[in-house]
Amino acid sequence: MYVAVKGGERAIENAHAWLAEERRGNTDIAELSIAQIREQLSLAVNRVMAEGSLYDPDLAALAIKQARGDLIEAIFLIRAYRTTLPRFGASEPVDTGIMACDRRISATFKDLPGGQVLGPTFDYTHRLLDFKLAADGEVPKAPSRDAETGNVPHVTEFLNREGLIEEAPHDDTPPPDLTREPLEMPADRALRLQALTRADEGFTLGLAYSTQRGYGRNHAFVGELRIGSVPVEMDIPELGFAVEIGEVILTECETVNQFTGSKTEPPQFTRGYGLVFGQTERKAISMALVDRALRWEELGEDNVGAPAQDAEFVLYHADNIQATGFLEHIKLPHYVDFQSELELVRKLRREAGAQQVQEAAE
Amino acid sequence: MTEYNFAYLDEQTKRMIRRAILKGLAIPGYQVPFASREMPMPYGWGTGGVQVSAAVLTPKDTFKVIDQGADDTTNAVSIRTFFQRTAGVATTTATSDATVIQTRHRIPEEPLHEGQILVYQVPIPEPLRFLEPRESETRKMHSLEEYGLMHVKLYEDISRHGHIATSYAYPVKVEGRYVMDPSPIPKFDNPKLGDMAAIQLFGAGREQRIYALPPYTQVVSLDFEDHPFEASKADHPCGMCGATDSYLDELIIDDLGGRMFVCSDSDYCEARQATGHKGKDAA
Amino acid sequence: MQANTLSGGFADPAVGSAHAFRSVMEAMARPGTIQDIEGAAPPAPLSPAMGAVLLTLCDTETPIYLAGDMDCDAARAWLAFHTGAPFVGPAHCMFAVGKWDALAPLAVYPIGTSEYPDRSATLIVECSELAASSATLTGPGIKDQATLSLPEVEAFQANRTLFPLGLDFIFTCGERLAALPRSTEVSRSSSEAIAQVGAS
Ligand SMILES: [Zn+2]
Repeated sequence: MYVAVKGGERAIENAHAWLAEERRGNTDIAELSIAQIREQLSLAVNRVMAEGSLYDPDLAALAIKQARGDLIEAIFLIRAYRTTLPRFGASEPVDTGIMACDRRISATFKDLPGGQVLGPTFDYTHRLLDFKLAADGEVPKAPSRDAETGNVPHVTEFLNREGLIEEAPHDDTPPPDLTREPLEMPADRALRLQALTRADEGFTLGLAYSTQRGYGRNHAFVGELRIGSVPVEMDIPELGFAVEIGEVILTECETVNQFTGSKTEPPQFTRGYGLVFGQTERKAISMALVDRALRWEELGEDNVGAPAQDAEFVLYHADNIQATGFLEHIKLPHYVDFQSELELVRKLRREAGAQQVQEAAE
Repeated sequence: MTEYNFAYLDEQTKRMIRRAILKGLAIPGYQVPFASREMPMPYGWGTGGVQVSAAVLTPKDTFKVIDQGADDTTNAVSIRTFFQRTAGVATTTATSDATVIQTRHRIPEEPLHEGQILVYQVPIPEPLRFLEPRESETRKMHSLEEYGLMHVKLYEDISRHGHIATSYAYPVKVEGRYVMDPSPIPKFDNPKLGDMAAIQLFGAGREQRIYALPPYTQVVSLDFEDHPFEASKADHPCGMCGATDSYLDELIIDDLGGRMFVCSDSDYCEARQATGHKGKDAA
Repeated sequence: MQANTLSGGFADPAVGSAHAFRSVMEAMARPGTIQDIEGAAPPAPLSPAMGAVLLTLCDTETPIYLAGDMDCDAARAWLAFHTGAPFVGPAHCMFAVGKWDALAPLAVYPIGTSEYPDRSATLIVECSELAASSATLTGPGIKDQATLSLPEVEAFQANRTLFPLGLDFIFTCGERLAALPRSTEVSRSSSEAIAQVGAS
């Protein structure tokens, strides 16, 4: 006799208990603290904040701990938490021109006012495993100097003075809000940038890379990459002016791209833009390249059919929370649909078989 | 976080979903865009259905959740527990006792009655999506009522296989206007969509769409005069309750590939067995 | 700010609006049925049913048009406090509120676009009576036919011809409501038609 499998509830509870145990690992080993993750795995924390669209290093660290280091799972935890938060208002746009820069480099100019600041970068490290870290992670103190304060002009402004780069006129139009309105095509640049800044890093990197290899090539140089903190201000209607409510670390990348001109525009350089929470420069550069590729239409370029030029393709597939959920849902039972396919295939085979028999007989 | 709002979602989100549901009911079969929220379960696992349920549930409701027709499948259990916890609703497995039923892939066998709401979880709400991947294009096609591509596809099936080779998520036309995806229910369930006494609501979370069928709405499965639509199922009685009118799951019961067929609707099957119906495989 | 501006909302907003929404949804899903709706106590001229509908569906994202008598300080203050909805003219509203005559002409309200027919106004009409009489309704949500006291017939017939575009209507009266989506076919009830023929 057949007895149907029961006890889904018990199975789920047991799985959760086992998961918690696995997350903790061997209890002889000291447990990770949130502060340790926040301070020592800060680039993972930054990625979770960026793609989770929530600037909170402690919560991101907690999510990483809870997710056993699976960053997409951690991003998911942050997104699900974020949607439940009440919304008190919107900040003023941040001004990256007054960023307190930890890092600021330009690939297009040898030197620039304020100088090139390498900052805490992996760029020129030799990728040799440092076995000293396995034993003792203590580090000698790095040399320091006073932070530069005040205005840090953008490199693209120098090009702009000569009229060599496209104008980026100031625009006060409130941007659409991807988290409050359904995505709608065609998407304007503000909406595209919003989607890209929280897009999956790997997906964005792959698309950006594809443009470099010729799938919608746009000849990008890093005009400037800067990482640092900027103040966040909010307008308080009762006070009649904006007050600083905190600061966030951002990575901003402006690419300078070659453009041979179109029917309406003279030959000049064009721009790609990336702005991402935290120190996330691979993502910011990728974002700028993809942004530039998606601008083909407004710049009067040809659509060569490259994936990175296709806004619907990019925007509908860049979100790793949507993607991972749908991808993994094929683990759920589908036996009702499978059964209906089974019946269909059997029927078609039966008929094909009958036909062959008949043909053979003829 | 310690306290969740009733039915988890915040009130502003619920209002937005409720407005979309009303527009969906006013324009049967039309997919209303809505700003789907991230839920504490993954996209593709019923977030659309969960958001719709959260927007319609009241504390007085009795809630039933099925996946593949059964109440005890793990994802059904998980969703039912979620609403027990966040909305404090009573739950049931009995189809006739439920006021709100959330479903994945099936319509219950027992006819639903007035006062009930059936909420479908929908993965891909756009019936034209696999013919045209672009949302901007499919939206235009719906607006122009341009469904020729769908008929061409179905007819190609017929010329190649002698039959329409779509066995689930079989497209329907609603009130002679919108072509609609009924969610991945087997086409066996399609005839139940039309003229149903209950309200049918469809939620697609990842794709950010809600659509609806008011009660007693005309729903026609697409077909051709020379190839009329046929609701099909495995040609067996249920091994447990002997039902001949229910949709069946096929089970492999031994290493030799021995098989039996059992109702996919667990409540229907158990209720029949409780009233003395017995199939050939029942003890 | 008057005391009754601050009062009259749902005692428990999450649960109150959940029940109220079910009434509105049942009404919209089953045109012609009359539903009870309670929990709101707005200042006149808003009826309790009207107040409950607005509390359930409106917030800062839903522009409201107040027509005729409804456009008064008491209604504005109450809605501003409880919903935060912006007030606009008829051409840009998502919800319009008023008595039937004040809401005319219907041609000024948004009816949606062919790609987005949902981007259309819902008119909430305060009625002096609500009964199963005068107009015959058929269409989605209606088993065979239903009857409902409508302020007129022609306007709804004209609205139906726009389908899938068009306006949707909610009729409120005291603590009850009914609804008429754009999909409903409306005709004059035969009994009334006979009565009219008899009168002429
Ligand atoms: Zn059975």
